[in-house]
Amino acid sequence: MNVSGTGQNQSWRRLSARMLLVHPVRELARAIPALVGLVVAGRSVGNGQYWWWGPLGVVGIIALSVLRWATTRYRITTEQVQLRTGLLQRKTVATPADRVRSVDVTASPLHRLLGLAKVDIGTGSHERDSGLSLDSLSAAEATALRAELLHRSPVSQGVRPAGDGVTAGNDDLGSHDVGNDDTGNDDVELSRLDPRWVRFAPFTMSGVLAAAAILGVGWRLLDQLGLTAGDVGPVRGALDHLERTAIWVDVAQGLVVLVAFVTVLSIGGYVLSYWGFRLSRHGQGSLHITRGLLTTRAISIEERRLRGVELAEPLLLRAVHAARLTGITTGLKSRGGAEGGSSLLLPPAPRAVARDVAAQILHDPAPMGVSLTSHGPAARRRRFVRALLLAFILVVAAGVAISSGASPWLALPAVSTVPVAVLLAADRYRSLGHALSGSCLVTRAGSLDRRRDVLECDGIIGWNLRQSFFQRRAGLATLTATTAAGRQGYVVTDVPLSMALSLGDRALPGLLGAFLAPPTPRT
Amino acid sequence: MELRDPAHHVSPRAVVFWTVRAVPGWFLALAGQSLWFVASPDQSGLRFTALGATFVLAAAHLIVMPRWRFRVHRWEVTNEAVYTQSGWISQERRIAPISRVQTVDIARGPLEQLFRLANVTVTTASAAGPLHINGLDRATAEGLVAALTVITSRSEGDAT
Repeated sequence: MNVSGTGQNQSWRRLSARMLLVHPVRELARAIPALVGLVVAGRSVGNGQYWWWGPLGVVGIIALSVLRWATTRYRITTEQVQLRTGLLQRKTVATPADRVRSVDVTASPLHRLLGLAKVDIGTGSHERDSGLSLDSLSAAEATALRAELLHRSPVSQGVRPAGDGVTAGNDDLGSHDVGNDDTGNDDVELSRLDPRWVRFAPFTMSGVLAAAAILGVGWRLLDQLGLTAGDVGPVRGALDHLERTAIWVDVAQGLVVLVAFVTVLSIGGYVLSYWGFRLSRHGQGSLHITRGLLTTRAISIEERRLRGVELAEPLLLRAVHAARLTGITTGLKSRGGAEGGSSLLLPPAPRAVARDVAAQILHDPAPMGVSLTSHGPAARRRRFVRALLLAFILVVAAGVAISSGASPWLALPAVSTVPVAVLLAADRYRSLGHALSGSCLVTRAGSLDRRRDVLECDGIIGWNLRQSFFQRRAGLATLTATTAAGRQGYVVTDVPLSMALSLGDRALPGLLGAFLAPPTPRT
Repeated sequence: MELRDPAHHVSPRAVVFWTVRAVPGWFLALAGQSLWFVASPDQSGLRFTALGATFVLAAAHLIVMPRWRFRVHRWEVTNEAVYTQSGWISQERRIAPISRVQTVDIARGPLEQLFRLANVTVTTASAAGPLHINGLDRATAEGLVAALTVITSRSEGDAT
């Protein structure tokens, strides 16, 4: 395929013809409930002369997917990426080629069997479904398209936004990236999955979520079939067994089974999502991530769109010294969930590895290692007041319930929330902190879901300074650095007001200065 | 280090507007409680106290909130930045550089039209950072939008 010649690219291209094998199969699978309904309806209406309803449905679905293939075209001109779909209602979606922020190539097992891949082009708009999705091209075409889209814009030759990080250190990475246009196709590996990382899988929430989803679906299925869980053979057997044993044995057995179930699921999920994970930097200024065991994904993020990284250390992962890394990218949502959205940079891995990878991505080890300024006694008091208030409410509620006849055992869980609240508050305060390091704003908060956000000051496009009534009394404020990337706003929580202002002033010099009160102390 | 307040107040008519806007909610609450008071046969003291408390709360809210708001709601536009302050019990200040401003909207709800007021919203590329100036005099709002359009057109870049 001609990648660079624009003349060739002007013509409309079709999706791969092999999609004629994928779409019908998938649509049929998706339509099974409806088809079953059709067959049943065809049987029950009249005395069997409508048997053809079911087959007609199958033929209809196949015809529709063929039509979809036949009416879908795309082309890439010098200015735009265009996608045309629909038979009766023609629709053309066009997006400026220089607004392409990420290219995501996904291949499900079925796609891989046929040598196909789906290409999702992210444009960085906030609206849902605003990107283009080409389902599917041949794998070679998809790869070529990705290269074509990402390297058409004069990105890498320009000034790198990393700023100080590059100029400060003449390290091999920095000098490698600057002015390296002739050997554009080289690939520097930043990280690769170590199979031992799978041990972190049980410490993520993915297993719990998967277990909940499976139980939920199973329950619904049983419900629709008009059964209760007790009717299913193995469950019946287990329940009978439980009825014959003591209650604490039941609880212990249940816990063991649950933990084993969740562990197996989380390990399975980790392997499915992240097997073969590899993060590399392309010479022309983009990060490439490939991962996946059965469904493979290849994600490319332009580095000039990358405004920083988030290091997530939920409590459980922190306990085993592990962390997860997500990119703060213009036009990509950071909230990818446990499975990791398009902006995932590193799956749960040892914290040292995560820090190292972040340092390489930022071209600067300082923001990951810098010790954070804590927010002082007022912020600590607020952590404790808030945590204990909740515990206090629970205790009072339990007290009221007991006095009106509930079991006195209720006091046990209610009172035990108090030490938990104390520990939580202490940890939340310990996590709380901020720093300005190199060209980045660093902020950290949270206990159960602790996160260190590193945001390039270049990416900050405004400040929100919020003070509730109690915060004003305590002299605290919550400073939000707004940005077009990631979560859209990165929060420095409960920081003393003057500290917040000096931080804002140092991060974006000149903006706050005009609005600061004259330094004459008020009497 | 402290921030000073933005230079300009919003329109004084906003005080009446905020009062009027808050009335229906309290009216509903009072009407509901009155119905309950009238409908039930036993006129216990608890119900009477609740009704009285609601009445006092409503009066306090309607008197204090708009005036407090008026003291807080302020705005300022310089050649470099837009600076707003809003809220009453909970207050928020927002600052965005002019170079990052993407759109400037003006909006008037039906009640606001009655009071010849307008809202100006200045958005940036961040979904977290739109700056709202509520309760502006209509002429001031239109002048502000015109001025912002001139100022922002001078700056370059794609504002991300």
